[in-house]
Amino acid sequence: MTAAITADHLTIRFGSFTAVADVSFEIAKGEVFGFLGPNGSGKTTIIKALCGLITPSEGTGTILGMDIRKDAAEIKRHVGYMSQKFGLYEDLTVAENIDFYSGVYGIKGQQGLQRKEEVLGLTGIEPYMNRRASQLSGGWKQRLALACAIIHSPEVVFLDEPTAGIDPVARRALWDLLFKLSGQGVTFFVTTHYMDEAERCGRVGYIYLSKLVAIGSVSELQRLPQASPPGTVRIQIGSVNPASLLDAVRAFPGVREATIFGRSIHALVDGDCVSALRARWPDASVQIIDASLEDVFVTLTNGIMGASQ
Amino acid sequence: MRNLFHGLIPICRKEFLHIARDPGTLFFALLIPMLQLFLFGFAVDTNIRQIPTVVFDESRTQDSRQLLQSFSSSDVFKLSSYASSKDEMYEAIRAGKARVGIRIPYDYARHLQDGTTATVLVLVDGSDSTLAGQAVSTATGVTLIESLAKVSPNGKMPIEVRPSVLYNPATRSANFFVPGLIAILLQVMTILLIALSLVRERERGTLEQLTMTPVAPLGLMVGKMIPYGLLAFFELCAILAVMRVVFQVPIHGSVFTLLAMSLPFLLTVLGIGLVISTKAHTQAEAFQLSMGTILPSVFLSGYIFLIDNMPPFFQAISRIIPATYYISVLRGIILRGAGLRELWANAAILTAMGIAAVLLAAWQFVKQRST
Repeated sequence: MTAAITADHLTIRFGSFTAVADVSFEIAKGEVFGFLGPNGSGKTTIIKALCGLITPSEGTGTILGMDIRKDAAEIKRHVGYMSQKFGLYEDLTVAENIDFYSGVYGIKGQQGLQRKEEVLGLTGIEPYMNRRASQLSGGWKQRLALACAIIHSPEVVFLDEPTAGIDPVARRALWDLLFKLSGQGVTFFVTTHYMDEAERCGRVGYIYLSKLVAIGSVSELQRLPQASPPGTVRIQIGSVNPASLLDAVRAFPGVREATIFGRSIHALVDGDCVSALRARWPDASVQIIDASLEDVFVTLTNGIMGASQ
Repeated sequence: MRNLFHGLIPICRKEFLHIARDPGTLFFALLIPMLQLFLFGFAVDTNIRQIPTVVFDESRTQDSRQLLQSFSSSDVFKLSSYASSKDEMYEAIRAGKARVGIRIPYDYARHLQDGTTATVLVLVDGSDSTLAGQAVSTATGVTLIESLAKVSPNGKMPIEVRPSVLYNPATRSANFFVPGLIAILLQVMTILLIALSLVRERERGTLEQLTMTPVAPLGLMVGKMIPYGLLAFFELCAILAVMRVVFQVPIHGSVFTLLAMSLPFLLTVLGIGLVISTKAHTQAEAFQLSMGTILPSVFLSGYIFLIDNMPPFFQAISRIIPATYYISVLRGIILRGAGLRELWANAAILTAMGIAAVLLAAWQFVKQRST
């Protein structure tokens, strides 16, 4: 079985600026792949390259076995794309938006009607058929955008920050929909800033300063040696007023990172200083915990920044 | 070939929906050129009549009054005020109350009777060069006729000129200006409509979405040109009707040829609108760029100033302005009854410019989407 999406030493330069540096990965068919990284780290550029809009400076990639350098026109017919801007025509109705994208992909006649029924049913947007897109709420706009993006039954769908600015209920509904489609064999490549969304993904990639820093399942990332250096443990220090402790904890010998989560401090510390911490703050509860995905990315980012200084 | 224009029909259909959904914009797009046609069509009159004139008559004789009568009956001068001193006359001109001053010296009648040369001073405000030229030549003409009448007592002129003005016998300004105005109005409206339509898509992110679909750049461009081209064509027909009925400008040539030869111009301005839309990031930018095309089209296209009188550098510029060719088509067909045989080169140049502009826009579009 061929991979749905591959990147093979993909490098993209704009003048002297390297937007994407030697990125390689493989995404299997039906996988929901989460792609994370700060703004400007090269996420959208990689998507554009994989869709054939940007010719890579070096390296290449494939979509469903088609070469992104040679088969750009054919790739577009098999790929769906949805961005946080949604790409909807606000003055057109739901049905007119769907009909437009249906026409753009050249889906005609009986097949077109049938496909329209399918996406309307799938996204549940049928009751709003004759409503203008401008009158829809953010969550429904997003569903309509997805309906338009998958009208041509693409096997691969790129979602570029699809849930930015959407309420939690609508976000969850969208993810349920993605998994339903992935169950039917559709491959999703989703960029996001939300850690809870990343944790839903089968596999996650993290790009920082144009380089792919880490890739793997969530549990694989949590066990990465760079994220959890040998001899260190992650601890949670419960306290009534963690804010007053934070500076003291950060200054404590053996503490590498510390940040506040609600009523506790999460810290990455040398294993041998845990008992010293317990002794220093006997009232606080100090427990050893697993690294969260956010912990992993922060540690990775700090590691790269430390190395580059 | 089909792939080159992929997406044309859905884009075209969608664009008609946008137009139908926004009747306000449509109304103003069609109404404003019409309003401007009325405004400029009535206001612009380059024929100079009734110039306010101040008179300082020191002679105060039968002879001086007769000379002033001749000035007054020329219809060019309107003797609107009388000054009692030289300073007062200058002051009237400086204050803009009068454009011309006529000073008849106290010895005017005596010189005439003695058969020596009498001098009449005619002061002309040169701040409007057309007016000044007209005033000087009419004043010279008036005094020349008066002089001849004095020299040949039987009143017969040795030579009489009978000018016959072809194509615009009444030398009405409307006949000259309204056909040219059509080009300017059509250009502004068309460039603005299509440029805003594309930049709106860029602002709202739908353009980015379209680049991810199989829509071909030319499919997108031509798909937008058809609806806005049709709108502009409709507006052209309405403007021609107003020109004929309200301004009473006769169309001497074939209306069909006129409409057919307007298509290359519409192609060109649509193309320019598309090029502008690839350069502008916001609707405000697109608006400014569109407005920037107006002044050269007004001043360097022969609409107001004769191209033959321009310095060679500006003549060269006027040759790359599409309105230059269309205005000569409009005036040729409407005023002189010319046809395809005389004007085909204009249409050919406009077609070439139009195709070049559309290809340039498509090329820019492809270049931009890969960044």
